[in-house]
Amino acid sequence: MTAIGKPISRVDGNEKVTGKAKYAAEFNVPDLTYGYVVSSAIAKGKITNIDASDALSLDGVLKVFTYKNRPKLAWFDISYKDQDAPPGSPFRPLQDETIKYSGQPIALVVAETFEVARYAASLVRIEYKEDTHETDLEANLHRAREPKSGIASLLKPPPPKPRGDFETAYQDASAKTNGRYVHAAEHHNPMELFASTVVYETDSKKKPKLTIYDKTQGVTNSILYVSQVFNIPFKNLRVVSPYMGGGFGAGLRPQYQLFMATMAALELKRSVRVTLTRQQMFTFGHRPATVQNVALGALPDGTMNALYHDAYGETSQFEDYTEVVVNWGGMLYPPENVTMDYKLVPLDVYSPLDMRAPGGVTGMAALEVAMDELAYELGMDPLELRLKNYSDLDNNEKRPYSSKELRECFRQGAERFGWSKRSFEPRSMKKDHNLIGWGMATGIWDSNMLGARAEAALLVNGKLWVSSATAEIGTGTYTIMTQIAADTLGMPIEDVLFKLGDTDFPIAPISGGSWTAATVGSAVQAVCEEVGKSLLKLAKKMPGSPFKSAKWEDIEFVDKHLRLKKDPSAAVSLMTLVNLNGGKAVRETSGVFADVMKQKNFTRSAHAAAFVEVMVDEELGTVKVTRAVSAIAGGRILNPKTARSQILGGMVWGISKALHEESALDHTFGRFMNHSLAEYHVSVNADIHDLDVIFVEEHDDVVNKLGVKGLGEIGIVGMPAAVANAIFHATGKRVRDLPITLDKLL
Amino acid sequence: MNSFTYTQADAVDTAVDERASDLTAKFIAGGTNLIDLMKENVERPTRLIDITRLPMATISETLEGGLRLGALVTNADTAYDERIIQRYPLLSQTILAGASPQLRNMATDGGNLMQRTRCYYFYDLATPCNKREPGSGCSALNGFNRIHAILGTRTQGSDGQLAEPNCIATHPSDMCVALAALEAVVRVTGKNGERSIPFAEFHKLPGDTPHIDNTLESDEIITAIDLPAKGFPDNFMYLKLRDRASYAFALVSVAAALELENGNITDARIALGGVAHKPWRKPEAEALLVGKPATKENFQAAAEALLAGAQGYGHNTFKIELAKRAIVRALGQAAKLEPTA
Repeated sequence: MTAIGKPISRVDGNEKVTGKAKYAAEFNVPDLTYGYVVSSAIAKGKITNIDASDALSLDGVLKVFTYKNRPKLAWFDISYKDQDAPPGSPFRPLQDETIKYSGQPIALVVAETFEVARYAASLVRIEYKEDTHETDLEANLHRAREPKSGIASLLKPPPPKPRGDFETAYQDASAKTNGRYVHAAEHHNPMELFASTVVYETDSKKKPKLTIYDKTQGVTNSILYVSQVFNIPFKNLRVVSPYMGGGFGAGLRPQYQLFMATMAALELKRSVRVTLTRQQMFTFGHRPATVQNVALGALPDGTMNALYHDAYGETSQFEDYTEVVVNWGGMLYPPENVTMDYKLVPLDVYSPLDMRAPGGVTGMAALEVAMDELAYELGMDPLELRLKNYSDLDNNEKRPYSSKELRECFRQGAERFGWSKRSFEPRSMKKDHNLIGWGMATGIWDSNMLGARAEAALLVNGKLWVSSATAEIGTGTYTIMTQIAADTLGMPIEDVLFKLGDTDFPIAPISGGSWTAATVGSAVQAVCEEVGKSLLKLAKKMPGSPFKSAKWEDIEFVDKHLRLKKDPSAAVSLMTLVNLNGGKAVRETSGVFADVMKQKNFTRSAHAAAFVEVMVDEELGTVKVTRAVSAIAGGRILNPKTARSQILGGMVWGISKALHEESALDHTFGRFMNHSLAEYHVSVNADIHDLDVIFVEEHDDVVNKLGVKGLGEIGIVGMPAAVANAIFHATGKRVRDLPITLDKLL
Repeated sequence: MNSFTYTQADAVDTAVDERASDLTAKFIAGGTNLIDLMKENVERPTRLIDITRLPMATISETLEGGLRLGALVTNADTAYDERIIQRYPLLSQTILAGASPQLRNMATDGGNLMQRTRCYYFYDLATPCNKREPGSGCSALNGFNRIHAILGTRTQGSDGQLAEPNCIATHPSDMCVALAALEAVVRVTGKNGERSIPFAEFHKLPGDTPHIDNTLESDEIITAIDLPAKGFPDNFMYLKLRDRASYAFALVSVAAALELENGNITDARIALGGVAHKPWRKPEAEALLVGKPATKENFQAAAEALLAGAQGYGHNTFKIELAKRAIVRALGQAAKLEPTA
């Protein structure tokens, strides 16, 4: 192994910084037309009239699509279900006159230029009959109900049944804490706006043939959706998405611009691009507003004996979006008396959607604050309380972890941060106007592996070409796949070209849940091994071959050569071998699945310990996160540079979630009001100071052959609670509602 | 965004004429706010008159010993001008607390005065707004009003009673808060020639006409902003409190300027941002400080006077206490009683 484990810069970095990397709205074709979406001004009711005459009278306007003139579409719900669809009835744009949420797309204006389409959209007059809407989670908790289950339950299990007797144990506990934790909805807000460019052509039978450049976290998901909804065979569809300017989960489902652009292209027999506005980026999935209650009890020595965690998540009226919010406490901590519950409150909003560490960062932001509260009830150092209740078992499933170096995360993180110098008492550290506080929290996230396929070809020029229809969501997928392929066949990364984001490539799942490195990485490794086996066959056929009796285990690939492990002088160059293949590349396609038999007796998770220092101006309530250390146990680190960037991104978002982020919902209008990047606050550079990432060594051959766990989510999970706990340590104020804005500290 | 025509003006007179002949036209310079508002269909000018070629892009000395900021000088050039840094450091500090470097490079000093509120409801055509559509109502009053005004919102009805506000929007500028404290003068030209508007009279309270932000006549153009000789270069502070450390509008901001002699205050200026439809000053509050020592107690008294009559509307009620604390802090920092970090 020479590339894996090295801090290699992104192989696509040059393309990105020079602007050569193209995004969905940047693929230009002749005679492209432009669609602009008209959004609902009300949250619930019916459209009583649509007057598009002024819009249609403008030069350059081609058509205004509404529910009245849309083409006939697929009839059954199943056709609209994408790979990340929760149980329920998926939203169908332009279905009928019904308005289900504020901002719902209700018309598409298509024109010869973007500017004319945008202007024309402002001239479409809509009249409504309004119904009473409900968008206030806290006011509707009495309507909470059990979520429907579906395929999503496989990756998002419901809470386990209660065990022991929480109530009695809690009564008997000598230290206890009980709190209610609330956070508002949040939106993903990737920089790149959702866009689809649909290029219209026809096949030899004059049937539509579409090439779709889509912003998506899975081209396979988009092609499936378009094929089913518009009844087009796969052979006449191609979805391409080589880059995306941030996804964070927003691209896990096809967004409505894909529907709109495809519909318009098919109807107009023209190529169409639809790009959403920043305001429209607040009109689909989001992290759901959630209310949680956590109660913990412990014996005098700190041993936890009681744990209660419930959560009420918001969902839409048409789908039951669920996430795992409450299960984590049962996985991490060993109390014998546990009750966990998770319910949904349907509201007149769009279905929520997975957003970085969905459920995990929500639940852990409450649980790990409650742990801090328990530590203070006990008069015990918060880190010591975690160590006291450290468990090598997942107590929900009563089975061990495939690996869990969390203890080492605590040790190394605490040492780097200087935790041992912390004074226990809140308000005990001060500098000028500022109170200083130190807080910590634990992070955990699933290490899943799904199935994927890949293709590899050793070309006659000696280059290795590898592909899979996965996505580069900004995490470094191009780079780590290149590294895996290069090492598997003993080649320098310069000789490897990895391609993704195209439905012409072998199938891969949507890229989310931290599973891409494990899933697609394993597929790339496997297919390169297949190529290697073919090369061995060719080597055996060489006259006087030293490999005649060699088995796969006897050989290795080093420096562009196949050679015998026990006799490195018996070597043949890959170039020589491929030239024995009759002038053709050595090409293989194969797929991998998780080794379920090997995995079933283990829980597979990544872990983290987050340590945070804050400075709080007590008079003015302002908070500055001056320092943070995250120690991560995430299995094998393929590339410390892209891995560190992943964790840094998660840490920044954790700070942002703790201090800034909130989609402000006005319940009078049932509408998110701060729908711009000026008013939806995410942390900016000036908010971020010293961040430090430690990767703790962790070996795991259960998760997958590569031993990787995925790093997309683990960096954010512990951060919000660590910030909130540091603020408590600084000020003595326990804030349980996120974000912790300055008014909450006055 | 609607369809519009675009012309370039090459002299102030012709710019004024063009605008006077077509009141649906708008002047455009940096465009950092106008273009946004056009994209949202909040502003729908039928014509844009580009004034960036007009000869008013320099900073020059005035006969009174002050500086004249041409209306087209960019915010960045103003903030980094040596004369401004030395003589009006409060202004420089204030400009740099706003927006981003990219925006400050585009935005002009005249345009800064003409910024419109960042009220969410003003920006969103799906909601009623008296400022955007007079008579339609104020959605912020009972809505999400975290960023809204606490001062100068209520008007006296004909019966002498305080009436329900028509608008609780704030003026978003940082720069204007310093200009108010420095008692700048706005120079404008219209069909009837030139006139000067004292800064305190430039922006107005919403009253019954919240759709009108300022006292500029419809045919007038801002040509310059005059800074009086007195710049308070020794004791000043702009303290801006917001929901993140940069690139956010002020929840509350304070421009504080003091003149001190042996620890006694001989002159004081306090202007607030983020709390009203215009930069908020109250000469009575400042007068309380004159002749008194620079102490926290005296600052507190001034803060109480400045916030007298303040009214919260739910989400923004915290601003009343926050503003008082910010005033005390900013004055303390201006007087160098407290560290500025």
